[in-house]
Amino acid sequence: MTERSETGGAGGRPPTGNPSELILENVSRWYGNVVAVNGVSMKVGPGVTGLLGPNGAGKSTLIHMMGGFLAPSSGSVTLDGTPIWRNPGAYRSLGLVPERESAYDFLTGEQFILAMAKLHKLPEPGAAARRAIGLVEMEYAADRQIGNYSKGMKQRIKMASALVHDPPVLLLDEPFNGMDPRQRLQLMDLIQRMAAEGRTILFSSHILEEVERLASHIEVIVAGRHAASGDFRKIRRLMTDRPHIFLVRSADDRRLAAAIIADGSARSVQLTDKGLQVEAIDFQRFTWLLPQVARDADVRLWEVSPADESLESVFSYLVAT
Amino acid sequence: MNATIAMITFRAMLGRKRALLLLALPLLLLVLAIGLKATGNDDLDISATVQQQFGLATLLPLLALIAGTGVIGPEIDDGQIMYVLTKPIPREVIVLTKLAVAIVLTTAFAVVPTLLAGLILTGTTAQLTPAFALGALVGGIAYSAVFVALAVASRNAVTIGLLYALVWETLLGSFAPGAKSASIQQWSLSVIDALTGASPVKSTVDLPLAIALLVVVTLAGTFLAAFRLRTLAVASAD
Repeated sequence: MTERSETGGAGGRPPTGNPSELILENVSRWYGNVVAVNGVSMKVGPGVTGLLGPNGAGKSTLIHMMGGFLAPSSGSVTLDGTPIWRNPGAYRSLGLVPERESAYDFLTGEQFILAMAKLHKLPEPGAAARRAIGLVEMEYAADRQIGNYSKGMKQRIKMASALVHDPPVLLLDEPFNGMDPRQRLQLMDLIQRMAAEGRTILFSSHILEEVERLASHIEVIVAGRHAASGDFRKIRRLMTDRPHIFLVRSADDRRLAAAIIADGSARSVQLTDKGLQVEAIDFQRFTWLLPQVARDADVRLWEVSPADESLESVFSYLVAT
Repeated sequence: MNATIAMITFRAMLGRKRALLLLALPLLLLVLAIGLKATGNDDLDISATVQQQFGLATLLPLLALIAGTGVIGPEIDDGQIMYVLTKPIPREVIVLTKLAVAIVLTTAFAVVPTLLAGLILTGTTAQLTPAFALGALVGGIAYSAVFVALAVASRNAVTIGLLYALVWETLLGSFAPGAKSASIQQWSLSVIDALTGASPVKSTVDLPLAIALLVVVTLAGTFLAAFRLRTLAVASAD
């Protein structure tokens, strides 16, 4: 508490000194009998961390616990050693951008950010508000009502509301949802600048490419469990080095099945009414070998399609390992 | 008390169509009072009936319901409450500010119109009108506290509040004397009864008990709202 009040409150100052660290220890959250988050432990330090997982995996529940909006059913969520739950003082060093779009639509952007600055009891709320609006490049629309903003503009003004007190830690829940590519790039650039100043930033996303472009460190959540953790290359390898399932249709499925089995590049081949379901051991080797095997066996290939390329199935594989 | 929260709440309450809702009933009361006065129906009995049936029993609970739930309910439903909750402000301060705004609105749109209607009809004869104004004020405070707490505790606050105000206080009260005693309206009436010598005003609850219950309900509502807001779990998108 004392530590945070020293770091908090001063508007316009980049967070220097001790970097902030969010620590989750064996955190679970359940609603009745439904487990939303199951025994997650992670450390979120300076830089950009991507919280990756399919929709409904528990990302929002996790962010809400990190933001002090939900009590962990068990385990602990701490910011620099102090629990966040039931501790409004934590918001001096925490900025949160909620996923829901609604801000106070009847206020102008400037009135909204100024009100946020005043709620933080900043010494110079006007200056802090202008700085935050400048950071998200929203000066041109600051005197328009938020209700008339586009989705991307709302996202940026929400971002400004989280930045107004210059917090060392920033939590963003699906910040790119509904943004067009240009707005996406602007926001990515902004997040990278914030991180370069030494902030601890965590954002959630269900889109691999967003996380790949932005995050130096990735935490993967699937079905409420912590599936993987590390840098992007490591996660990518985990995702490609798994058995891939293909659906293959050909002129003679039985003969092709025999040839694939004999070749040894597949772990299993199943004959179904839709065609052959092949579980390949090595993704690249199999896609390269299959046409050759088919030609050698004199079987015409009609269709080769991945059966499990959805993000969900990739993620669920990660959980199973 | 927090001025910024109060400003946002006032703007939210008075900027929307709800402002028209707030105005419709009190205007009707004033038109009724002027009409009665103009047609010579302005004796103490009529004045008491108008202030009690229209002011205390209808206008006050309805307006307190709109104001009490409106100051915080929509904000919780829409998620904007997060912008207030993510600030280093004690939750009690948020609740007290919301309650203060609700009381100001209830006073402006229910207590003051009742007072004006009474003044139009019978002036200050037999202290009837000042008594009703004070009774409506204490009742308004208690109603506001109850409805703010209800809005924090339940998403169905408006429905529950309507059931309480209309079914419990008005309908059941006329059949079951027991239910009648357990109502903010009756406690306020007890305060009014003690302040005026006018014969039409009769309450079923003793004054000390009525005052004690008004205080208890107000404090309990405020405490409950602060407690529930402290542990408010914002609905997850998952």
